[in-house]
Amino acid sequence: MRLLLGCSRHGLAARLAGSMLALAFAALIQTDPAAARVFDPETFTLDNGMQVVVITNRRAPIVTHMVWYKVGAADESPGESGNAHFLEHLLFKGTKTLGPGEFSEIVARNGGQENAFTSQDYTAYFQTVARDRLEIVMRHEADRMVNLVLTDEIVLPERDVVLEERRSRTDNSPGAQLGEMMNAVAYLNHPYRMPVIGWEHEIRALNTQTALAFYRRWYAPNNAILIVAGDVSGDEVRSLAEKYYGRIPARSVPERRRLEEPPQKAARRVILKSPQVRQPSLTIRYLAPSISSAAPEQTYPLEVLEEIVGGGATSRLYRSLVVEQGLATSAGAGYSSGGLDSGTFSFYASPRPGIGIEKVEQALRTEIAGLVKDGVSEAEVALARRRLRASAIYARDSLSTAPNIFGRALTSGQSVEDVEAWPERIEAVTAAQVGAAARATLLDVHSVTGLLLPEPTS
Amino acid sequence: MMIRTFLCALVLVFGAVLPAQAVEVQRVVSPGGIEAWLVEDHGNPILSMDLAFRGGSALNPQGLEGLANMTASLIDEGAGDLDSQAFQGALEDHSISLRFSAGQDSFSGEVFTLSENRELAFKLLRLALTQPRFDAEPVERIRAQIQAGIARSAENPNAIAGRTLRGLFFPDHPYGRPGAGTPESVAAIAVSDMRGFVARRLARDTLAIGVVGDISPAGLAKLLDETFSDLPATAENGAVAETVPQGDGALIVVEKDVPQSVVAFGHGGLKRDDPDYYAGYVVNYVLGGGGFSSRLYEEVREKRGLAYSVYSYLSPLDHSALVMGGVATQNGRVATSLDLIRQEWRRMAEEGPSETELDNAKTYLTGSFPLRFSSSGRISGMLVGMQIQNLGIDYLDRRNSLIEAVTLDDAKRAAKRLYDADKLAVVIVGKPNGLVSNREMPKS
Repeated sequence: MRLLLGCSRHGLAARLAGSMLALAFAALIQTDPAAARVFDPETFTLDNGMQVVVITNRRAPIVTHMVWYKVGAADESPGESGNAHFLEHLLFKGTKTLGPGEFSEIVARNGGQENAFTSQDYTAYFQTVARDRLEIVMRHEADRMVNLVLTDEIVLPERDVVLEERRSRTDNSPGAQLGEMMNAVAYLNHPYRMPVIGWEHEIRALNTQTALAFYRRWYAPNNAILIVAGDVSGDEVRSLAEKYYGRIPARSVPERRRLEEPPQKAARRVILKSPQVRQPSLTIRYLAPSISSAAPEQTYPLEVLEEIVGGGATSRLYRSLVVEQGLATSAGAGYSSGGLDSGTFSFYASPRPGIGIEKVEQALRTEIAGLVKDGVSEAEVALARRRLRASAIYARDSLSTAPNIFGRALTSGQSVEDVEAWPERIEAVTAAQVGAAARATLLDVHSVTGLLLPEPTS
Repeated sequence: MMIRTFLCALVLVFGAVLPAQAVEVQRVVSPGGIEAWLVEDHGNPILSMDLAFRGGSALNPQGLEGLANMTASLIDEGAGDLDSQAFQGALEDHSISLRFSAGQDSFSGEVFTLSENRELAFKLLRLALTQPRFDAEPVERIRAQIQAGIARSAENPNAIAGRTLRGLFFPDHPYGRPGAGTPESVAAIAVSDMRGFVARRLARDTLAIGVVGDISPAGLAKLLDETFSDLPATAENGAVAETVPQGDGALIVVEKDVPQSVVAFGHGGLKRDDPDYYAGYVVNYVLGGGGFSSRLYEEVREKRGLAYSVYSYLSPLDHSALVMGGVATQNGRVATSLDLIRQEWRRMAEEGPSETELDNAKTYLTGSFPLRFSSSGRISGMLVGMQIQNLGIDYLDRRNSLIEAVTLDDAKRAAKRLYDADKLAVVIVGKPNGLVSNREMPKS
């Protein structure tokens, strides 16, 4: 149900949604926030403009190598929805020197794992390999940045694969279809209204030419970010990056100009009924500022708000709707803060068997109204900040967390400094700011309500 | 002062493959006799513990399907003098993650905590395992959540396919019954059933523990006694019968109005302790286990664009074994896809892999092994799995040589034993063109 849904080639969608991203940035040292470093990466830029981020992590003798392009579904031309994701699939189809699938075979023969994913704002490719295989994957990733070769013979079956992917993800799932419909009305004009995977009829019209045009327009070293995490130093990465990516010339890449959203003046309601639904559910989603599109005092308090209302079994919504009132089996909230142009703040709940969805909706709206009217307490904010701090220490545990956070941030308008400054910005959030952010964001006219309901078979 | 009370049984040497500090598995035995396998790692102030009690949902009494699952969902909903909100609040306010789950053959727990909250985390774990409250509010709340989950999965094509196939394989065996239970069985589970489960099933003799992170062996030994010594010494687990999967050659169509059919298939496989298990594992990588380069992927997806995903995998159980697979394709292409899958299944049985395929599979499977060591939780999970499956504390050291040792003859023999296209039982959920059931729908 999140806006920035990734679509991956093999189903390993990047699950780090905007709010998770926020969670993972928390402080390690709160006594001196200015000195706190979250991941402490090494960064530099190649002569051709390609930014490089290196996060050394010596847990195991392995490295994750990622290339993130600053282009996603929201940059597609009208009528070509799904083109960014389609191209992502096609990047596995060979270059001037490698046949279709050959890069994948090389990765596998070297004991590596790989995948790719596409969102509204970025497209990313990655491999995880033993540290001494870094050069191999870098050589071929650089190769396919400029040397992609596509023919109808290999492109058209892959289009069928994408159509099957759409059926698996969306057309077989009423919940996913409702999410698609909610997105389409959550934005009146901005391209975030289009599904990342594309509308079926527009996927059918994609072809070798649309994919190559998109590739030539957007894939260039100066529009890409290299991120390497693991058992490797910045100097090692620098010399390899200069050797393989550094020799690719920079090209002119268009500015990312998306259609702007007009003022929204009415609440919207979307209802999907299906015989495939046995368990109803409800989502209320508000347009919200994102970290890259708004001032810090508008967004960081929303991250704290998310933690307070939707954080877990003792969060406000779960405690009220699920435990105390016994109306729902689940209830929570999520802030998607990572979008280049905007974000969303969502509330959801699902009724207990025997309880009408109207009752649950009423209870949820009462909670939202309470947030707007009364805000939150300093004690709640203090506890939320503490949990956010702890989550960052956890974020350093897994090899894959840091590179994903930097990739998302840097392709969506944020900087390395934004990531590293997260601790002090969260530490600075007050209850008054949370209340103000709730009042500014949770406006009825900026909302879409989605209902997933059962329909008896006739 | 505890230094003498633990045993560092083994220090693994991985040579160039893995750095010793990442995988030095120590056997820690507490003064009270509780054993845990530990990988010390002081890089971050974090501790990850996995634990498992042998015996899972397959031991649920008839009519109380879902008992292990419901108990797993409730023992962290209030324990000792902490009610549900107080218990969950203690976890959340200290960012401690404590989770329990039930599988067919085991009952598992996971603890993830900062070092500074370690004592509290283990105290809460002890309370959950030994003094769960089962108050009325959480019992009815969790029961409703489980019922809602069952309702959701009743319409989910993937869940239907899996459930139907399991019923087909094991019509008269607990493995054929749903682990989460049925609406009726979940309604029938009483607090006394769950109290009985905790008293009889969560015992020291069936417990395996894996720990990774910021703790010394001595510190862990002390915590092990504090946490687990209140558990009964021995579990009263009933016996689960050995069983051979049924349903050879079955085809079941579960009609559903969806554009894409979801297909699950399989037949009997190789058990984890079968001498041909590793050969089978390597061969299956070639057939359908290797994401990008398997034969099924090549034939069904790459060449013809018939599906987004197609795969096969070995599924060994404690008392049986399966080899299974899946594909999802539009209704008009199910028959074609299944023909291709059967054809590859048959070809693998008859010919086995080529020398090159075998070499590539071994290179991948050995080369990618270090990739599993990417987080504390993954490693502590492996430490428990190694104990539950009796692989030995030196398994991490031996594992790649077990793969390397597979010869082409081994692979061909295992392929012949493993795959039989005529035996494949197939469940299709959707409206596949031109395919009809040849069996009755299994019960449950």
